[in-house]
Formats: sequence, structure tokens, C-alpha cells
Amino acid sequence: MLIELEKRKEPSKAMLYLTPIIAVVATMLAGAIIFSLIGHDGIGAVRKIFLAPLLDTYKWQDLGVKAAPLILIGVGLAIGFRANVWNIGAEGQYIMGGLAGTGVALATWGMTGWWILPLMCIAGIAGGAAYAGIPAFLKTRLNVNEILSSLMLTYVAIQVLYYLMRGPWKDPDGFNFPQTRLFTDDQILPTVIPGTVVHLGVPLAFVVAVAAWFVLSRSVFGFQIRVVGAAPAAARYGGFNTNRTIWAALLAGGGLAGFAGILEAAGPFGQMVPQFPTGYGFTAIIVAFLGRLHPIGIVLAGIILAVTYVGGELAQSSIGLPAAATGVFQAMMLFFLLATDVLVKYRIKFASPAKAGDAA
Amino acid sequence: MTDSLLIPIIMTIVGAATPILLAALGELVVEKSGVLNLGLEGMMLIGAVTGFAVTATTGYAPLGVIAAMIAAAASAGLFGFLTLTLTANQVATGLALTIFGIGLSALAGENYVGQTVDVFGSVFPAALSEHPVLRVIFGYSPLVYVSLLLVAAVSWFLRKTRGGLILRAVGESDLSAHSIGYSVIGVRYMAVLFGGAMAGIAGCFYSLVLTPMWAEQLTAGRGWIALALVVFAGWRPMRLLLGAYLFGAVMTLELHAKAAGFSLVAPEFLAAMPYLATIAVLAIISARKAGKSLAPACLGKPFKPSS
Repeated sequence: MLIELEKRKEPSKAMLYLTPIIAVVATMLAGAIIFSLIGHDGIGAVRKIFLAPLLDTYKWQDLGVKAAPLILIGVGLAIGFRANVWNIGAEGQYIMGGLAGTGVALATWGMTGWWILPLMCIAGIAGGAAYAGIPAFLKTRLNVNEILSSLMLTYVAIQVLYYLMRGPWKDPDGFNFPQTRLFTDDQILPTVIPGTVVHLGVPLAFVVAVAAWFVLSRSVFGFQIRVVGAAPAAARYGGFNTNRTIWAALLAGGGLAGFAGILEAAGPFGQMVPQFPTGYGFTAIIVAFLGRLHPIGIVLAGIILAVTYVGGELAQSSIGLPAAATGVFQAMMLFFLLATDVLVKYRIKFASPAKAGDAA
Repeated sequence: MTDSLLIPIIMTIVGAATPILLAALGELVVEKSGVLNLGLEGMMLIGAVTGFAVTATTGYAPLGVIAAMIAAAASAGLFGFLTLTLTANQVATGLALTIFGIGLSALAGENYVGQTVDVFGSVFPAALSEHPVLRVIFGYSPLVYVSLLLVAAVSWFLRKTRGGLILRAVGESDLSAHSIGYSVIGVRYMAVLFGGAMAGIAGCFYSLVLTPMWAEQLTAGRGWIALALVVFAGWRPMRLLLGAYLFGAVMTLELHAKAAGFSLVAPEFLAAMPYLATIAVLAIISARKAGKSLAPACLGKPFKPSS
């Protein structure tokens, strides 16, 4: 029996929404098998990573806190990916946003007032956007591939962070530890549900996702992003400025990554430390794809990836699964999604000598 | 006096340059066939951990290198299946491969962290390889000489052989190559597997020669620098050689500055130099109009003949 791919006349809508679910289920199945084969408790690992965080209501607050930065960065990246702008340096923009906001926090240290926190957030957004502006400038002016430039800048951002932590921004009363002062009460995000760790950034991430949905589906900007990505020639013919779209996509992606950065610094961290880059900027790439580059899909995908983070920690402490296992599961999800993508564009035909039936 | 300073400097530059040369040479062949594999970093890590694990277990480094090539090529085969057979987006799949490689290598290498293996022996007699001056020519790991031979071989293959011509045809005009009867997908699979094997050698150069040990994310983004190197070289193997040694020099700046007691600028700035230099070089190369036309015409575009 031969398997053949036949191009669909139009991409299948049903498959578009079904394939992310197929990918998650396939990851769970394959994960259970692979981890059993290499000598771990495979079924236990899958249950801990994918189900335990959902069944334990006490863990829901952690899910929200982990999902917030992933959703924010994922939405920003999706705007770029839709326009075929491949910003993969969100991790660097996240760091720079966190640093810019921290700069405001250190400058206003000892002051009080409601205005400090909003100012930190604005600085964070501006910092991330400005850092994404570098690949935008290089791409539009000098035709430099944004994949490589944005990624190189991530490694540079890490060094900037190390420099500031070991030198100028080191806590003067910190026993020489490479970290900043603790943020003051007016510089820390308030919790929105008393008694939990759910900070203001969590509802903000959901609000941003909904706002992005409106902008992308209802505005000329959203239309322009889609057209430039899907048909660059048509976009030029229609008078859309490709360079302006590249700028907009990178600034939006960088701004949201920077926003996520300062929300993390002023939220869970409460100061700036060298361990600040946790890989959210890279995981958000998976979130954007799993969410089908749609803001609402990204909210769901962000929660799923948050489940794997929280579940990964659970599996680590309870059944001794290595920390790296989480990353393997996350990457597998993206692989399966890309593999099942073929179902959106193509119909699978099982051509047998007896009967050339259409199985799709 | 200058010899005693200059020779170690040259040797560290060659050491830093060799893995990115190997990885970039593989990627060059892949891109010449019209495929963009951004998973270089992930494949290198898979190669690094496999090479180290096999060498630590068997005590025989050449076996480790072969295992690294097979493992990295297998991961490249996964990339090929997704992008060539299932026509998945090459950029996204390459990124997935890198994320996968980082996770998988960390998982597989967990029990090997902190272990050491016997350093690769030299192919030359000690009189040459440990000679105070002549070691600048004879004192390297065998893999360094292998990398130089491979540059020459790939250059010859691409320019002088029928196979090289077919490969270039597939990368420049997939439809014409298909219509005169060549298997575009088949050629691209071979190129992708070759690229994986090369990334495997590059990866185990870190774990078996340079450090030699295993640590998570041992390659520290060098795979991305190798990708930039291909652009820098304008898809030409001989210029790749020059570029690799140039990048090697920049990458070892931090080391030499530290050794010389140079403290005018922060060490973090020197550590960021290779990445800043890469951006600068890309800007200079890409700004020239000529740079654009050097890229294979079908680079990154999926091929699906209408049947």
C-alpha cells in the first residue's frame, strides 16, 4: 500500500484546529514509550507532567504565573511569524526589557508613589522594543537576516546582564553577591488573588492576548501583517510598505517580550539576578506555533506549556525525572505539530492496487 | 620569546575555528541543495554528547566520533523527514531541532557530567607534535587535519564532479532538475544527512578535544555562528576556511586578553565579541548587493512536484 499526498484546494479548517490536539496527545504517547525505553517510569512521567498540575487545584496559581510570560512573548512572536518575520531573539528582548525596568527600579529606589510601577513597565516595553529595533534596522537597511541577528543579540544581552550584575548594579549591601537590591513595595507587582502567588501580570497577559486578537483580526495593521506574510508581491502591489511591516512586527514582538521581562522581574523574582534568563523566549516559539499564531490559541498553548513546566518540576521531585526531560517533551510537541501540519495542506491518500480509496 | 607567545595563540585559534568550520561545511552543502537547516546547534549537541558517552564507555575516541556522526545524522534525518517528505516549514523545524537537541543532550549526558576521557592522541610522533615550534603544524588533534581535507574534498566535489553539479542544480532550480529526471528530494536527503554527520563531528570536537568533557549546552551558540559563517563565505568552501579562522581569532580574544592581563574593557564585553562581530560581518556582507545573489535560489523553499 502506498501513501500519497494530495494537495487540498483549500487548507482544512478542521485540521488546523485539530492538529495541535493531535500533537499534544502524540507527545504524551511517544513520551511514555521513549521514557520507558530509556529506563524511566514513562507512564508516571507523562501523568506527572501533563495531568498532575491540572488535577491539583493548588497548582493552578503556578500555571497562571508560568503561562503569563509565555503568552505575552508568544503573542508578540506570532505577529512577526504571520508576516514572515522570524524574530527568534525574544529571550534577549525579554532580558533587555527586564533590565530597562530594573534600571528604573534602581533609580527610584527609596522613593514611594503609584507611578513607579507603571514607569518600570513602560521602560521594560521600551527596552525590549528598542532591542528588537536593532534586527529591524539591520534587516530593512542592510538586508541582514533577522534570524541570525536577533539570536546573536540574545547572547550579547546575557553578557550585558552579567556585566551589570557583577559591576554597576550589584547590591551594595549584598555581601558581594552578583544581584541587585530587592525591589521595594512600590516596585513589586501586587497579587490579585490574596493568599496566592498570582500577580497583576497574569490578568494583564490575558488582556493583551484579547487586545491583540482584536488588532489582528479587525484593523488594517492586522490585515497588512497577514498580507505581507502570505503574499509579499501582492502586498507591494497593494501599496503596503514591507519595511514598515518588518519594523512593526519586530517592535511589537520586542515590546511584548520586554513587558514579559519586567513583569517577571517585578513579579516572581522581585529583583534582578544572573539566573533571570529562563528560556521563556525560546519556549514561546513553541507556544506561538502550537497556538496556530492566533492570540486565543496562544493563550491555550501558553497554559499547556505552563503545565509541562509545573509538571516537569513535580516529576523531578516525585519520581526523579531529570529537569531536561521537560525540554524534550516541549520540543517533541513542536515536532509532532509540524509533522501533522501536512494534514492541513494535504489529503492523505492510501493507494492500494485493488482500490484507490480516499482515506482522508 | 615571541614564539612562546605566538604559538599557543595560533593553536587556540585553530582549535576554536575547527568545529565551526566542520559544522559550516556541512551546512554549506545542505544550503547548496536548497535546504536551510537551522538545527545546527541541536545536532552539534547531540553529536557532542554521543561522542563523549561512547568514548567514555569504550575508551576509544574514533568510535566516539563515528557514533557522533551517526547520531547527529539521525537527528538530521528527522529534520529531513519533516521538511522534505512532509513539507513542513524549514525555519520552524530547524528551531524545533535545536530545542530538541538541547533537551535530549542534557538528558542523555546527565550521568557523564564531571567525567573525563582520554584526550585524542596525535597522529604524528611526539618529536614533532610536542616540538616547541613545529607543534604549530603537527600538534593538533587528527580531526583538525580531517577538517582541512574535508574542505578540499567538498570544494572539489561541488566544482568538479557530476554529483556536485546535480546538487547545485537542485538548489538553484528544483523544478528543472526534477523535469530532467533527478530526484530533488533524494538529493536533498543526502545533503541533509551529510550536514548532520558533519555537525556530529563538530559537536564531539568540543566534548572530546577542546574541553574534553561534557556539560549542558557545551557548544554555547557556536552552531549559530557556523550558520552565519556560511553567509559570510558566500557559499564557497575556500572562503569558509578563511572565515572560520577569522572567527576563531575573535572567539579566543577573551582568552588571550585574560592571559595577557589585559583589563581595559570588561570581560563580559570580550565574551560578547564573537556575537557582535558576527552581526557586524553579516551587515557588511549583506549590504553588498552581490551577497544576495550568491545564495542558492531555492534556499528554504519546500519542493512538492505536482503529480
